[in-house]
Amino acid sequence: MFPQATPSIPDVVQLIPLQNYVLLATTLFVIGIVGVLTRRNALIIFMSVELMLNAVNLLLIAFSTYKSDPVGQVFVFFIMAVAAAEVAVGLAIIVMIYRNTRTIDIGFLNKLKW
Amino acid sequence: MNSSLLILIPLLPLLGFIINGIGFRHLPKNLAGVIGSATALGAFAISILAWNGFDGQPQLVKLFDWISIGQLNIAFSFQIDQLSLLMLMVVTGVGSLIHIYSVGYMSHDEGFGKFFAFLNLFLFFMLLLVMGSNYVIMFIGWEGVGLCSYLLIGFWNKVTNYNNAARKAFIMNRIGDLGFLLGIFMIIQTFGSVEYLDVFSKAANGSFSVNDSVIIIITALLFVGAMGKSAQIPLYTWLPDAMAGPTPVSALIHAATMVTAGIYMVIRSNVLYSLAPATLGVVGGIGLLTAVVAASIGLYQNDIKKVLAYSTVSQLGYMFLALGVGAYTSAMFHVMTHAFFKALLFLGAGSVIHAMSDEQDIRNMGGLRKHLPVTFWTFLIATLAISGIIPFAGFFSKDEILAHVFEHNKIMWGIGLVTSMMTAFYMFRLLFVTFFGKFRGTHEQEHHLHESPASMTIPLVILAVLSAVGGLMNIPHALHGGESLEHFMAPLFELSKQVNPDLFEGHMEHSTEYILMGVSVGAAVLSILFAYNLFISRNTVPAADKDVTGFAKVLQNKYYVDELYEAVFVNPMRKLSNLLYSFGEFLIDVVVNGAGRLVQISAGRMRLLQSGETGFYVFAMVIGIVVILAWNFLLK
Repeated sequence: MFPQATPSIPDVVQLIPLQNYVLLATTLFVIGIVGVLTRRNALIIFMSVELMLNAVNLLLIAFSTYKSDPVGQVFVFFIMAVAAAEVAVGLAIIVMIYRNTRTIDIGFLNKLKW
Repeated sequence: MNSSLLILIPLLPLLGFIINGIGFRHLPKNLAGVIGSATALGAFAISILAWNGFDGQPQLVKLFDWISIGQLNIAFSFQIDQLSLLMLMVVTGVGSLIHIYSVGYMSHDEGFGKFFAFLNLFLFFMLLLVMGSNYVIMFIGWEGVGLCSYLLIGFWNKVTNYNNAARKAFIMNRIGDLGFLLGIFMIIQTFGSVEYLDVFSKAANGSFSVNDSVIIIITALLFVGAMGKSAQIPLYTWLPDAMAGPTPVSALIHAATMVTAGIYMVIRSNVLYSLAPATLGVVGGIGLLTAVVAASIGLYQNDIKKVLAYSTVSQLGYMFLALGVGAYTSAMFHVMTHAFFKALLFLGAGSVIHAMSDEQDIRNMGGLRKHLPVTFWTFLIATLAISGIIPFAGFFSKDEILAHVFEHNKIMWGIGLVTSMMTAFYMFRLLFVTFFGKFRGTHEQEHHLHESPASMTIPLVILAVLSAVGGLMNIPHALHGGESLEHFMAPLFELSKQVNPDLFEGHMEHSTEYILMGVSVGAAVLSILFAYNLFISRNTVPAADKDVTGFAKVLQNKYYVDELYEAVFVNPMRKLSNLLYSFGEFLIDVVVNGAGRLVQISAGRMRLLQSGETGFYVFAMVIGIVVILAWNFLLK
């Protein structure tokens, strides 16, 4: 049912070394972290979180391809679904914050201090 | 003798203590008094039955096994023999009389029921002491009477001075008790048992030579206990202070019973003491010294009870002097006669104090014999007895002691004679100043003078009869008597005679005895005449405190012994205790408060972490994750 004539993907893919993918994913992840820690606009923080998620996705797919293990890619589907749900809820919360405080600057959300 | 009946002897007073102790606020005064006196009388009645049923052999009544460790077996049991029977009769007999007396004396006091509860508790412990068949039961009674002494001296506990006196009595007793306890430990170590019969038979079986060092140590330690309990030098200053308690207490505890516990203990342990004549020498020396010193202090005291207190200390010294020369029976004889006339003296003094509306200074009394006839006549009989005038009880017992001392050491006899002269002098001084002459008190007091009620005078009369005829117990051969007490108590000393016959040797010529009797009676009569001359013919009244100078001042201030003890022992202890207290408080402050401060400070710092900024929280999360990852993957 599944012909084996075509060259298996790993041989072609291994032309680009795995370290490059790891480096790229790590860079994207760190940029995402820096964005979460540094930015004050709630939407930008969200975008950074998405960036972190996608960096992880990239890493997972790279490893899955290189090892010919579909588990990685299946996990990526899970992550994408969860990310989508999380974005939906998070954006709803940001909308409520805006409606109540007329701003989405997280510097103003400090009422839980000592 | 039925053993369950014997158990009732200490049990009845215990029952009285429980009933009066729990219910004294609810019971009417009459009932409390009746219960208290009835238990004492019941114990006396059973003691009489025990006396009659005595067959000459020691009877052991075992209640239960108490401590059983390895080879050591301490049982809770009683031993009824000649010595315990004699003590039982004295304790319950005189005790009952004093209980009846207290019904009248304490009738105005609101703590009436409590008083009888404590008196009954005291009786219980004293009976345990004399009935016990081993040293540990004796020690239980020993400690218990010390406790009751404390409770009763400080009975009027709203007055701080009385509380201090009670505390002083208790602490001095405890110092002696330490010696006693160490003695018991050594007995266990040496003999493996504490039962009298076991210890004495083992001591006498030949493995210990005379003046064996172990026996010397044991007897010395036991004597330290006796020093505390029977108020010998150096642990005697508590007894005069103990006069702070109600007069029946002074009569019962500090004259007739508790203070004789030390002498009882030595007589009980006569085998051990006969094996250690060195200790007996110390006992006799301390007894003599105490007798002289206390008598000299009594010459210048003006409180009626203090004179009697020092007289008690002095007479106890006589008893220990008798023990020191091996005259055990004479010491016991003197214990009994002393119980009669000293209790009578104290009860008479109580009667006087009662009549004088609680006045105790004899300089404010005088001429009371017209107002208090019964008290006067009984007091006179007691004073004659204590001065050793024939044919009253005190003459026979004191003379016997002096005779034995004469055989032993003439100088000690001389000092003993001087002491008995001083005794006669200060006792008659007391009698003359109080009962003769012109009344020197206030008009108020004169108005209230009345003879005491029957509940108080009947015990006085009974004790007066006993003081008069008590000497018949042991009339010496020289006076054609039968020496019944000597023969009765002889089986107790058989083992002693075996191990140290030299101690019991000595037989006096009748002619020497007559001379000695004559000398002592003559000396006493001389002192009485001197006192008569001073206080009746010349009507001198003892001087006010500020007018006394010279050596008399030293005597009146009791040789400043109390002040010495205060400076040498009490104040350093107090300072040490304050030092340790402040050090302890400091430690607690540092440790406990410090722990609290530490938590406070660190919490103060930690709370600043809650800044409220979301970015900071995320940062903290990141740091945490980095730490976890580093720990797991890099540091493994």
